[in-house]
Amino acid sequence: MTRYSAWSVFLHGLMGQRGWDRAWRDPEPRPHYDVVIVGAGLHGLATAFYLAENHGIRNVAVLEKGWLGGGNAGRNTTIVRSNYMMDGNRFFYEHSLKLWENLSHTLNYNVMFSQRAHVTLLHSPPAMDAAARRYNTLLLTGSDGEIWQLDTLKREIPHLNYDNARFPIVGATVQRRAGTARHDAVAWGYARGADSRGVDIIQNCEVTGIRREGGRVTGVRTTRGDIGAGKIGLAVAGNTSRLWRMADLGRLPIETHKLQAFVSEPLKPLLDHVVVFGVGGAHFYISQSDKGGMVFGGDLDWYKSYAQRGNLPIVQDVSECATSILPCLGRVRLLRHWAGVMDMSMDGSPFICRTPLENLYLNAGWNYGGFKASPASGWFFADLIANGRPDPVIRNFDLQRFERGVNIDERGAGPDPKLHG
Amino acid sequence: MIRIPCPYCGIRDHSEFTYGGDASVEYPTLDATAEEWHEAVYLRENIRGMQSETWHHVNGCRMWLVVERDTTTHEIRSVRPAHAGMAKALGMPEEESG
Repeated sequence: MTRYSAWSVFLHGLMGQRGWDRAWRDPEPRPHYDVVIVGAGLHGLATAFYLAENHGIRNVAVLEKGWLGGGNAGRNTTIVRSNYMMDGNRFFYEHSLKLWENLSHTLNYNVMFSQRAHVTLLHSPPAMDAAARRYNTLLLTGSDGEIWQLDTLKREIPHLNYDNARFPIVGATVQRRAGTARHDAVAWGYARGADSRGVDIIQNCEVTGIRREGGRVTGVRTTRGDIGAGKIGLAVAGNTSRLWRMADLGRLPIETHKLQAFVSEPLKPLLDHVVVFGVGGAHFYISQSDKGGMVFGGDLDWYKSYAQRGNLPIVQDVSECATSILPCLGRVRLLRHWAGVMDMSMDGSPFICRTPLENLYLNAGWNYGGFKASPASGWFFADLIANGRPDPVIRNFDLQRFERGVNIDERGAGPDPKLHG
Repeated sequence: MIRIPCPYCGIRDHSEFTYGGDASVEYPTLDATAEEWHEAVYLRENIRGMQSETWHHVNGCRMWLVVERDTTTHEIRSVRPAHAGMAKALGMPEEESG
């Protein structure tokens, strides 16, 4: 693997950019691997990378039905934060944020992680009090959090609607270490890192069946032939229930819903932070990409769907949210919008866990939060697969937590998948 | 936009409705075991394809409907009132559907 550096960019520039290697191989599947990961999204690729990097397990294949990073990895709003409040989530997401902070160096690949601050707008004094409690919890987690009064907020983001808003802005909670990253670069960086450590990434290889012998799995059937496996990890958010049924395991506490995101035409620098607006039924988050496009999103489409395309009422909702806090966007044109299919779980929190089958492992249920979670998800899923037991940080990310009464319901919305925003 | 043929009101945009959830879930009796309640409250088939689901015509007649809809194409196969007794009381034919 060519190590990327300023010097290598300079040198290849002198040679007309002709000397670059492929970033990863395109291998034929072998008959058997120690570990087969299904799904070459951010979670699957990160898992393969950490299996090789942290645990020395290199005889690994990552199977992907389309192309790597072609699912939800490319269908999100790239926000990274760790401002979670509940036990079970907060240490996990803080670990993820710490991994993000060094990810470009770890991968020798610029993931363009930009710690531009995550600013959640507040609209009443009680909301300020509740946010103070939440952000004190963040400080106890060892993370960072601040409250901005109105004067600070006006100085930092002058063009929000301070004059005539239906819900007047009174302040904001801020996590300065939060921000955005370049989503494709994360997939490519993990793919290149895993590949260079011996992992086979096999694209255009759809899993059509899971071979079982009693209480164990022995491999997968794919569109490119049978592949044997010592252990199998599923990381196929959106389609988890389908693979679960292939293993003949019945039902899961997951529904598949679609979530839209939007990007506008490119503008000159306008918004330096990630801004979140959520009050009175509104749910909206926006940032500006390095190319200048305003990247934003809102709620789910509210009904179960496997279709990767969005519906118009949400386009209207989200546009209304956009112009209500940033009236200056009123004349900006949408460039694209798209939808991804999410694993919405019954409490809004994920699963990284063992399954009823001894050597089958599950990584699923990421709701809205899969992008920011991907480094820690791969880190702990690799640890689970390598050692066969969950790290204490993810001990409640199991499928039995509802039976134990341990719902990790950050929003307090109850067991209805579509409500966990 | 999905267009839902409401048996009470006619064809309406789905933005008039709220989605309820999987209509195949049957809740157990109050004295059923915790395991049975866990299955009914938390576990879902999550079908990719034609599924039976409930919708509430909340910005219309406020009736609950059972809709058969494809979760990949959003095509609707049938719609019927969720409460047959209610439909009958309103004088609707027995087998009304979309």
